[in-house]
Amino acid sequence: MSDELLKIDNLVKSFDGNTILDGVSLSVKKSEVVVIIGPSGCGKSTLLRCINALEPIQSGSITLDGEVIERNSKTLPALRQRIGMVFQSYDLFPHLSVLDNIVLAPCKVQKRNRDEAKQEAMALLERVGLSEKAKSYPRELSGGQKQRVAIVRALCMHPEILLFDEVTAALDPEMVREVLDVMLDLAKQGRTMLIVTHEMQFARAIADRIIFLDNGKIVEEAKPDEFFDNPKTERAKQFLNMFEFDSVKARDGLDK
Amino acid sequence: MDGEVIMSYLPLYGEAALLTVKLGVIGIVFAIIVGLFCSMIQYYKVPVVRRIVSVYIEISRNTPLLVQLFFIFYGLPRLGIPTDAETCGIAGLAFLGGSYMAEAFRSGLESVDKIQTESAYSLGMNRLQTMRYVILPQAMSVSIPAFVANVIFLLKETSVFSAISLMDLMFTAKDLMGMDHNTVECLFLLVSFYLLILLPISIVGTVVERRMRRAGFGN
Ligand SMILES: Nc1ncnc2c1ncn2[C@@H]1O[C@H](COP(=O)(O)OP(=O)(O)OP(=O)(O)O)[C@@H](O)[C@H]1O
Ligand SMILES: [Mg+2]
Repeated sequence: MSDELLKIDNLVKSFDGNTILDGVSLSVKKSEVVVIIGPSGCGKSTLLRCINALEPIQSGSITLDGEVIERNSKTLPALRQRIGMVFQSYDLFPHLSVLDNIVLAPCKVQKRNRDEAKQEAMALLERVGLSEKAKSYPRELSGGQKQRVAIVRALCMHPEILLFDEVTAALDPEMVREVLDVMLDLAKQGRTMLIVTHEMQFARAIADRIIFLDNGKIVEEAKPDEFFDNPKTERAKQFLNMFEFDSVKARDGLDK
Repeated sequence: MDGEVIMSYLPLYGEAALLTVKLGVIGIVFAIIVGLFCSMIQYYKVPVVRRIVSVYIEISRNTPLLVQLFFIFYGLPRLGIPTDAETCGIAGLAFLGGSYMAEAFRSGLESVDKIQTESAYSLGMNRLQTMRYVILPQAMSVSIPAFVANVIFLLKETSVFSAISLMDLMFTAKDLMGMDHNTVECLFLLVSFYLLILLPISIVGTVVERRMRRAGFGN
C-alpha cells in the first residue's frame, strides 16, 4: 500500500444505463508513468474524469494516498489541488494572460505570495521555451503553445500526480513533438503521471507500464516492450495492427 | 419657442431629472442584485427555488411596469406594509428589471464553455472561486450589450412613475403643460432631458462593447 499513490478499485461508471467503465482497478505508484491506450470510445477520458471527480461514479472507489476522492465532499478541492490535469481541448482561461492563467490558482486557492508564484511560473515557462509569451493571451498562441502553458499551469500547483488526456490529439502534426518533449522531460524528473494517448511511439518511450483498455475493462497490462512486441490478447493485437497497417502500407505495401 | 419660458422651467426640469436619475440608478442597482441572484439560481439549477425564479421571471416580463407599480403602491399598504412613492418606484423598477437582468446574465453564464469550469475545478478551485475568477469575467463580457440595453430600457420605463405621483420628468412636463399651456417648450425640455440622461449611457455602452469585442473574450 505504501508507495501506491493513486488507487482505483473496481470502478463502475455508466451514462444513463450504459456501462462505460466496468470494474476497472489500477494503481499508480509514486514516480511511475502509466500510459492508457485503447480504441476510441472505450472510456479513457471518462476514467481520467472520474479520477478528478468531474463525473459521478456508480460504484468502486478512487483514493489518492489513502484519501477517498468523492464528489461533493468537503475535501475534494484540496484533493484536486494534488492532481494536475491537462485536457485534450484547449482549456486556458481566455480572459487572462498566460502568466495570470498560471498563477491564478496558486494565488487564490493556495494563497501563495503573488511574486513568488510569478517567479516560479516564469521559471517553468522558461523550461518549456515560452518565457517570452508570459504576457500574451491564449488566443495569440498556437495549439502546441497553449498545451505547454496548460501543462505549466498544472505544474505550478505542485501536484503529486499529473493526468494527461490526449493532449496532442487536437494539434497539428508539427506541434505534437514540442508538447511530447515537455512530457518526456517531466518523466525524467520523476513525476508521477497517468497518460492517455494515441501516440504509440511516445507511449513506448515514456511508459513504465501500459494499460490497454477496451470496452470499459482493462484487457491487458504490461511493460511497454512486452506489450508492443508481444501483446497477449487478441484485442490488443488487433488494436496495435491498426497502427501497423498504416505504416507498413506507407513503406512498401507488400506484407501485412 | 420661447427662450425665456425655457429658462424659467429649467430648474424644475433639473430637479425632476435628478429624481428620475436617482430612482433609476437605485432601482437598477437592485435590479442587478435580483438579476444576479436569479441567474445564479438558474445556472446552478437549484431545486425548487429555480421554479419560483422562473415564475417570477414570467410574471415580471409579461406584465407592464404600470401594473406592477399599482400592485406595489396600492396593494402593499392593504397588506399592512407602509410604502412611500419613491420606495414603490424603486421596488417596481427592481421587480421589472430583475428579470431582464437575470436573462442578460444567464445568457452570458451559459455562453461560457463547460471545460472552463472543469479546468478551474481540476486546479482545486471551489465553486465560488470558479464563478468569481473564471466564469463571471467571461460571462460579463458576453452580457454587456444586453445589460446596457436593459439599463436604457429601465431608465425609459421610469416615465410611468408619474402615475404614482412621483415628480419625475414626465410628471413635471404634464404638470407645466396643464398649468401654462407652453406645450412646445414643455415637450422640447422633456425630450432634451431624457436624451441628456440616456445618450451618454448609450455612447459609453457602445464604446465598452467595442473594447470587449476587440479584446476577443470567449474566443
Ligand atoms: N457525458 C456523457 N454522456 C453520455 N455518454 C457519454 C458521456 N461522455 C462520454 N460518454 C460515452 O462514454 C463512452 C466513453 O467515452 P470516452 O470519452 O471516455 O472515450 P475515450 O476512450 O476517451 O475515446 P476517445 O479516444 O475518442 O477520446 C463513449 O461511448 C461516449 O459516447
Ligand atoms: Mg477521450
